[in-house]
Amino acid sequence: MPLASYQTSVPVVVDDVKCIADKGCTVCVDVCPLDVLRISDMTGKAYMAYDECWYCMPCEADCPTGAVTVNIPYLLK
Amino acid sequence: MAMDEIVGGSSEVSCDVLVIGGGTAGPMAALKAKLKNPKANVVLLEKANVKRSGAISMGMDGLNNAVIPGYATPEQYTKEITIANDGIVDQKAVYKYAQNCYGIIEELDSFGIRFLKNENGDYAVKKVHHIGTYVLPMPNGETVKKALYRQLRRARILISNRYMATRLLTSGDGRVAGAISINTRTAEMLVIKAKAVILCMGAAGRLGLPTSGYMFGTYENAANSGDGYAMAYHAGAALANLECFQINPLIKDYNGPACAYVAGPFGAFTANNEGNRFIECDYWSGQMMLEFYNELLSGKGPVFLQLKHLHDKTIEEIESTLHKVERPTRGRFQEGRGTNYRTESIEMHISEIGFCSGHSASGVFVDDFARTTVPGLYAAGDMASVPHNYMLGAFTNGSVAGTDAMEFADNHDFADFDAADVAKEYDRVMAPTRREDGIPPNQIEYKARRLVNDYLQPPKVTRKFELGQRRLAEVRQDMEQQMIARNAHELLRALETQSILDCADMAAHASLYREESRWGLYHLRTDFPDKDNENWFCHTLLSKKDGRMTSEKRAVQPYVVPVADDEKDLYDKQRIRASA
Repeated sequence: MPLASYQTSVPVVVDDVKCIADKGCTVCVDVCPLDVLRISDMTGKAYMAYDECWYCMPCEADCPTGAVTVNIPYLLK
Repeated sequence: MAMDEIVGGSSEVSCDVLVIGGGTAGPMAALKAKLKNPKANVVLLEKANVKRSGAISMGMDGLNNAVIPGYATPEQYTKEITIANDGIVDQKAVYKYAQNCYGIIEELDSFGIRFLKNENGDYAVKKVHHIGTYVLPMPNGETVKKALYRQLRRARILISNRYMATRLLTSGDGRVAGAISINTRTAEMLVIKAKAVILCMGAAGRLGLPTSGYMFGTYENAANSGDGYAMAYHAGAALANLECFQINPLIKDYNGPACAYVAGPFGAFTANNEGNRFIECDYWSGQMMLEFYNELLSGKGPVFLQLKHLHDKTIEEIESTLHKVERPTRGRFQEGRGTNYRTESIEMHISEIGFCSGHSASGVFVDDFARTTVPGLYAAGDMASVPHNYMLGAFTNGSVAGTDAMEFADNHDFADFDAADVAKEYDRVMAPTRREDGIPPNQIEYKARRLVNDYLQPPKVTRKFELGQRRLAEVRQDMEQQMIARNAHELLRALETQSILDCADMAAHASLYREESRWGLYHLRTDFPDKDNENWFCHTLLSKKDGRMTSEKRAVQPYVVPVADDEKDLYDKQRIRASA
């Protein structure tokens, strides 16, 4: 069966200026219960790779530089 | 190598006690096992990261079932839980919990978790239940996971994060021999031999589909996909009363608690669209949920949690709790909607269905030592059958499980298992990665859960259930023959989808077996609308026998705490009656 991808707006937003993933920080990726965050090969910054968020907030609460914001997913906000 | 790239391969380790699930019950079970025998190896396996996993990922606002001397007695609590469960309770485990939980509270206190005290230094326990007083707020409830983690490090528990357990290993004579797990980022298999295994894998919370359509917007932590229920089933363990679904009153769309347990003791209440109370008590029981459901469907819905009559300072205090712990994005959600608790009530709705003994009674059958029906296999927390056990029950029963499992491990050697079982499981797990073409797991999962909503949600109609079983069987066939996983993360979701479908099948099977209505909305069968104590005052145990799903009755064990005839139906009187 052929596959297509479709666009989805994701709830977790990372401020690239504050994010220090390029310095080796992986805190948000480590703590996420759904394992939806990754570090981008292109920018070296954290981002939400999978739209499977429980909007629970460990990523935001544990981020050492306050770079992460958890919004309410569009479908339910 | 990029994260999520499939590496594959398999390795083997061994330990004395293996605890699967690092949420609430799991850490406590691991600690107690290690305490019982400090020389033994205890491994704590976790699908996410123990630092932030499980139902209490962001902490908890309080204890919902604290039996504290001076406020409640173990006898009173046991009686209340028995009545709230329509009598279908093996009281020994509940009574043991009620006796032990105060000690666990003191232990948690020694970990640095604080509980609300009044000016005299006594615990400030609040009343939410119908009869007794058991709710104890936690002023620094956001620190629970950190406090637990410190204890795990201190005790030198071996923690393996990002490993999802997929199946238990058993010996020819049915004893547990270990577990098979898969790294969620590399798809490498890890076989863990163990003398005893404790399952603490949480609720089956990704069973029904939230009405928002957002698959991960569940009430339970969406990582809790019922893997423990599925694993116990495939290992031959019995599962109790799965037809007693979990359904909870939640903030509409946000799908988290509002939370009446926090706000109720301050004077908040559940109201209909006329602003009137319609239920006597906000404690979550099937009988209360039935009245909630009836009100939603009547012309008096929607249903609201009303706080606006409270003093500004009181609301501020409630907000400071609700927007800080458990589901802190509640505050962000209300802000986005422009809902100010001072002027507007919170619109409520009912959750999707799930299995969770934390709030209802559906779980892997355990006795008062947390032993399942498989020798050497234990279960605790939301997935074990001790009813209404909430967070404190997970801690307390996790503690019981840890101690007893280590005793078992001290007296038994490793059980043998067939190496062919590992090879077979490797093939089963990796199958979606070997297909070139097919259906991604998110579509299989969505369809299965949409069918759960369409056909299995109460009120339960036999004809709908039969149709649902047929449709779910079609989805299973698609899952087994066409599901694809293109990276390790997608394989994690594919494996979770298999747990979800197993749980859906169990939910349907168990519900059709019990031919009566019981537990209010949780098991409301339109074809059998009445409670039938003559034929169905019993547990139902579901298990896999000769490869097939079967159900049987199991007698309720003699009560430890007698319940008088005029007390038995106290929870049936939830609706506020018009004044005479």
